[in-house]
Amino acid sequence: MQYQFQFNSVLAESGFIMQGILLTIYLSIGSIILGSIIAILFSALRANGPRWVGGLVDVYVELLRNTPFLVQLFIIFFGLPSIGIRLTADQAALLAMTLNLAAYSTEIIRAGVDSIHRSQIEAGLSLAMTKRQIFQHVIIVPAIAKVWPALSSQFVLMLLASSICSFISVQELSGVTAIIEQRTFRSFESYIVATLLYLVLALTLKVGLLGLGRLIFPRVSGLSRVQVKGEAA
Amino acid sequence: MSAVHIENVHKSFGKLEVLKGVSLTVEAGQVVAIIGRSGSGKSTLLRCINGLETIQSGRIEVVGHTVTYTDEKLRALRKDVGIVFQSYNLFPHLTVGQNIMLAPRITKGVPKEEARAQAEKVLAQVGLSEKFDVYPDNLSGGQQQRVAIARSLAMQPKVMLFDEVTSALDPELTGEVLLVMEELARGGMTMLLVTHEMNFARSVADFTVFMHQGKVWEMGPSEELFSHPKTPELAAFVKSTLK
Ligand SMILES: Nc1ncnc2c1ncn2[C@@H]1O[C@H](COP(=O)(O)OP(=O)(O)OP(=O)(O)O)[C@@H](O)[C@H]1O
Ligand SMILES: [Mg+2]
Repeated sequence: MQYQFQFNSVLAESGFIMQGILLTIYLSIGSIILGSIIAILFSALRANGPRWVGGLVDVYVELLRNTPFLVQLFIIFFGLPSIGIRLTADQAALLAMTLNLAAYSTEIIRAGVDSIHRSQIEAGLSLAMTKRQIFQHVIIVPAIAKVWPALSSQFVLMLLASSICSFISVQELSGVTAIIEQRTFRSFESYIVATLLYLVLALTLKVGLLGLGRLIFPRVSGLSRVQVKGEAA
Repeated sequence: MSAVHIENVHKSFGKLEVLKGVSLTVEAGQVVAIIGRSGSGKSTLLRCINGLETIQSGRIEVVGHTVTYTDEKLRALRKDVGIVFQSYNLFPHLTVGQNIMLAPRITKGVPKEEARAQAEKVLAQVGLSEKFDVYPDNLSGGQQQRVAIARSLAMQPKVMLFDEVTSALDPELTGEVLLVMEELARGGMTMLLVTHEMNFARSVADFTVFMHQGKVWEMGPSEELFSHPKTPELAAFVKSTLK
């Protein structure tokens, strides 16, 4: 069995592919930023808000973490119009990704918040800070620093999962690839190109997040050491 | 009016009664050391004074504040009462300067420039002026503890509480911390300190309190208390620390 690879017809669509790449980047970065902001707010509510609000956050997190992303996407795109909320495919994709990522990130950040030693909170209390101030100034930065690797992985997973948005005809990288495949009848080549591009995007994001972590959390490596040292029995 | 007035305080953790009717008065400007065996309730007493622990009965008054467990009352109290812990508890993601300026700025609304000047002053007081922009994990334990003291001082407290602040330090680093505390005492700060450094208690504290089984077992002028213990328990304790 011999297969003759012919990339020419696929590569001739490079402009179209580039559009797909840009949309994938836009959806990923957008959902990472918006999802993180929501996750931090949710973590704060969970830590300091009334119990019932924390409960609602928990319900939200479990709901989104235990249902398929595809179904969440369909609900937003096909379901919401029934109650008068009409979104374009791109808007629906960004919203679905944001909400999904917010849930996973909230859960990851919770682990970070839980890992902050009680003595840090007591130091804040002793300095007359309010609970909110303690969360904002004492807890959240070291908490995120501690879970930054897990958070970064989740962001990369979201980038890859953005391909699912092609199901509602969003023309991100997978979406344009499917169209190019239909135009050229070059399935193998089309998806080989898409695979390589996803690989490049994911690795770039991973490296970028690593660098960003170094930049905003210069003390990451020292955190655990400081916590344990000299702790009373 | 006394700086600290503790009256018949009882405190339990579940079924375990840790403070069994503690009374103690500290006048402004006095330095009082609290000594006693592990588990006798020294840390608990100190933590009750700034409301980190809740008492079941009794009364605690500190520089005009009655310890009351509402967030607002506790914050007002804590603005006037500094506490330094054995484990320093500096904020690892902030520089030394930021550690010191944070609380005055956000809890008292001190303007940035003023907070900075104040931070430089207290940092000089603990002999670490050159460490303003350094992160805590680049400091030795002794230096971290001095920063923790400076951080407390920046709030301009009227009373300072110290809970075994040298116990986590290597022996060669305890001296620099004790020196800072000694200067603070000489400057007239009202201080309550739990310590295992008997020589320090003896030479610096005006009074020493010996806690035993959740009670103030014996107290008196430090020199007197150490040289002429009245109870066999204190005599045994003093003897055990001399080894
Ligand atoms: N949060 C807590 N929950 C339950 N028990 C506690 C708690 N904190 C302290 N205890 C108990 O209360 C008793 C007194 O503890 P405390 O820390 O006040 O003693 P201490 O005199 O400071 O001892 P040390 O010299 O070891 O520091 C101990 O038996 C301790 O186990
Ligand atoms: Mg103790």
